[in-house]
Amino acid sequence: MMASFSQFRLKGLVFLAIVIFALPLFITNPFHYGLATQIALIAGAVVGLNLLVGFAGQISLGHAGFFGMGAYFSALMTSNYGWSAIPALVVGAVGVAIIAWAVGRPILRLKGHYLSMATLAVGFIIAIILNNEREITGGPDGMPVPPFDVFGWELSPFGQYSLFGMEISGDLAWYLFAGVVLLVAVWLAQNLIDSPIGRALRSVHGSEVAASVVGVNTAKYKSLVFVISAVYASVMGALYGHFQGFITPSVASFDFSILLITMVVLGGMGSTIGVIIGAVVLEVLPQVLADFQEMEMVMFGLILMLTMIFMPKGLLPTLTGYLNKRRARSAGGDA
Amino acid sequence: MFKKITRRAGKLTAIAAAGLLAMNVQAADPIRIGSFLSVTGPASFLGDPELKTLEMYVEKINKDGGVLGRQLELVHYDDAGNASKARNFASRLIRSDRVDIIVGGSTTGATMAAVPMVEQAKIPFISLAGAVVITSPVKKWVFKTPQTDRMAAERVLNDMKARGLTKVGLISGTGGFGSSGREQTLAAVQEMGGIEIVADETYGGSDTDMTAQLTNIRSTEGVQTILNFGFGQGPAIVTRNYAQLGIELPFYQSHGVASDGFLELAGSSADGLRLPASPLLVPESLPESDPQKPVVEAYKSEYEARWNSKVSTFGAYAYDGLMLAVEAIEKAGSTDKEAVRDALESIQGHVGVTGTFNMSADDHNGLEADSFRILEVQDGGWKLIN
Repeated sequence: MMASFSQFRLKGLVFLAIVIFALPLFITNPFHYGLATQIALIAGAVVGLNLLVGFAGQISLGHAGFFGMGAYFSALMTSNYGWSAIPALVVGAVGVAIIAWAVGRPILRLKGHYLSMATLAVGFIIAIILNNEREITGGPDGMPVPPFDVFGWELSPFGQYSLFGMEISGDLAWYLFAGVVLLVAVWLAQNLIDSPIGRALRSVHGSEVAASVVGVNTAKYKSLVFVISAVYASVMGALYGHFQGFITPSVASFDFSILLITMVVLGGMGSTIGVIIGAVVLEVLPQVLADFQEMEMVMFGLILMLTMIFMPKGLLPTLTGYLNKRRARSAGGDA
Repeated sequence: MFKKITRRAGKLTAIAAAGLLAMNVQAADPIRIGSFLSVTGPASFLGDPELKTLEMYVEKINKDGGVLGRQLELVHYDDAGNASKARNFASRLIRSDRVDIIVGGSTTGATMAAVPMVEQAKIPFISLAGAVVITSPVKKWVFKTPQTDRMAAERVLNDMKARGLTKVGLISGTGGFGSSGREQTLAAVQEMGGIEIVADETYGGSDTDMTAQLTNIRSTEGVQTILNFGFGQGPAIVTRNYAQLGIELPFYQSHGVASDGFLELAGSSADGLRLPASPLLVPESLPESDPQKPVVEAYKSEYEARWNSKVSTFGAYAYDGLMLAVEAIEKAGSTDKEAVRDALESIQGHVGVTGTFNMSADDHNGLEADSFRILEVQDGGWKLIN
C-alpha cells in the first residue's frame, strides 16, 4: 500500500516535469511564456498552502500577506540596499518564518471559523502596512523591482541567454527557471508528506483529538506546517516580484489570498498535482474570458460554481476517481 | 432533439464565421489602438468613463473616414485596478495583439507596472494616470495626459499667495491620492517660498469624523487658510465638519473632489470653498476667447448625448490620449513606432479638454499648472474664478 502510494507521487512529479519541459514546443508567443512563468510561481505558493490546508486541515485566508512580505523584502533589499537577490530571498524567508511562527503559535489554537478570522486579520495587517508605509514601500502606487541576479548574472525577461549552446530569450529562460523552482517545490512537498511529519499532519487532519491521544504533538506540527507554507509563499513572492519588475500592495491583498485558497479547493485539496491544475485553470481562465468583456465575471463565476457543484472534491481527485471507477468496471466486465 | 440543436448551432457558427471573415476583408489593415483600463474594481470610476470615451471616439473617427485612410481598431482589456493584471495585459497587447500604440493605464500602479514592458518593446504609450513618477524622470516611450498632483498643489498655493494667505494648515487623506498630494504640496512649498505649512494633519480613508484634526489646525497660531488633499468620501466629511465647527478661514480642496458627486455629498457646507479643476466642470462660463471652450463643450455634449450620464474629468484624460495618438500618427504619416513616438514628443499647441499640450524631449506631459482652473463653490454650483 505504502509503496504504491509513493510510486503514485513519483509519477506525478515525472508527469509534471514532462509537461513543463514539453510546453515550450507548443508555445510560440512570448506573452504565453510570461503567463506560464507567473502560473508556475503562483503554483509554487499554492503547493505550500496545500500542505497547510489539504494535509493538516488548517485554513489560512491571509497567505497573500506572506507572499507580499517576501516580494517586498526582496524588492526593498535589492533596490535600496544593493543586496543580491538570493541573500535577500533567503533572509526574507527566514524573517517570514519567524513572523509566521510567532503569530502561528497563538492563532493555531483556534479552530474553524475563528482560525480563518485570525489568519484573515494577519493578511489584512500586512496589506495595510504595505499600503501605508509610503516612504518605504511606495504605498498603493507600488515600487519597481530589479531583475533577479545570481552572482552578478542577471535574469531578466527582456534579456538574451545561451543555454547548452542554444540562444534563448529571457522569457523562455525565466519560464525554465520557474519550472525548475516549481519542480523542486513539489519534490520537497511530497517528501514532507511521506515523512513522519506528513503522517502526523494527516492524523491532525483526520482528528486532532485522536492524534493527540496517540501522542502526536499537534500544536507543534500545526505551527511547523504553518511556517513551512509561509516560507513557500515568501520565496515564491520574492521570485514573482523579480519577474514582474514592479509590485504593488495588491500582491498581499485579501483578493489574492482568496484566489490562492480557491486554487487549492478547486484543484483538489491534498493533491499536489491537483492544486497546480487549480492554479493553471484560475490564471488561464481570465485570459481566455477576457475576450468576452462584460460577460467575463459572469462566466468565471458560473464555471467555478458548476465545478464546485459537480466536482466537490476538486478537479483532479474527481477525474482520477472517475477514471479508476471506469477502469474497475471494464476490468470487472472482462472477467 | 439534441442533434437538431447541435446542427443548428453548427450552422450559426458557420454564418458567424463568414460574417467575421467579411468584416475582416472590409476593414483591411486597421490601425490597432491597445488599451488596458480599470473598468471594474475599486478604480472603476476612472476606467468606466475612459473606456466609454475611447469606444465612442474610435467609432466617430471611423465614421469620418479613419486616420490616414485606415480604420481604427480598439483592443481593450480590463485590469480591474490590479497592477499584475495590467502588466499581463500590456504584454498581451504588445506581443499577442501587436497593437500600434497603447492608450491606457487608469491608475499609477497599473501604469508603472506596464512601463518596463513598454520601454523594452519600444511602443508609444500614453498613460491616463496622475502621479509625477510616470513622466519624471522622462521615459522615452511613456507619455501622459492628466496634470500631476504637483501642478494642483502649485496652482492652489499660487491662488493663496495672490489672496495674501501665506500660513497654510494642511490636512490630507492617507490613501494613495492624499499622501502623494501631501508630499507634493510640501515639496512645492519648499520650492516656491513665501508660503509655509504651519499644521500638517492626516485622516484615514474610512474615518467618519475629522473634527479633531480640524480643531488642531484651527488652534494653530497664525493659520490663515486650510487645504485638504484627499479622495472619496473623506473630503466631503472634512467639508461638513468644517462648516459644523464654524471655521471662518478660506478653505481649499484638491482636484480629487472636482465632481458633481462631491457637491451632493457635501451639500451647502461646501459653499465658498475653492479648488483646482478641469474646465470641463464649467464649460459655459469659459470666456469665448478661451481656445479650449469649443473642445470642452463638444466633448461634454457628445459624451452626455451618447451615454446619457454625466461627463467626468477622467474620461477627458482618455479623450486627450486618443486625440494625441491620432495627431501623432497623422503627423508621422504612418504607424511606424519610432516615427509616432517622435511625432508625439514634438506635438505643440494641441488643444485638449484637460489643457493645451506642448510636449518636448524633457516634458512628456506637456501641461502647465494653469491648465487647472480655480473654481469656487457658490449656491451648490461651480463658479469660475480664474
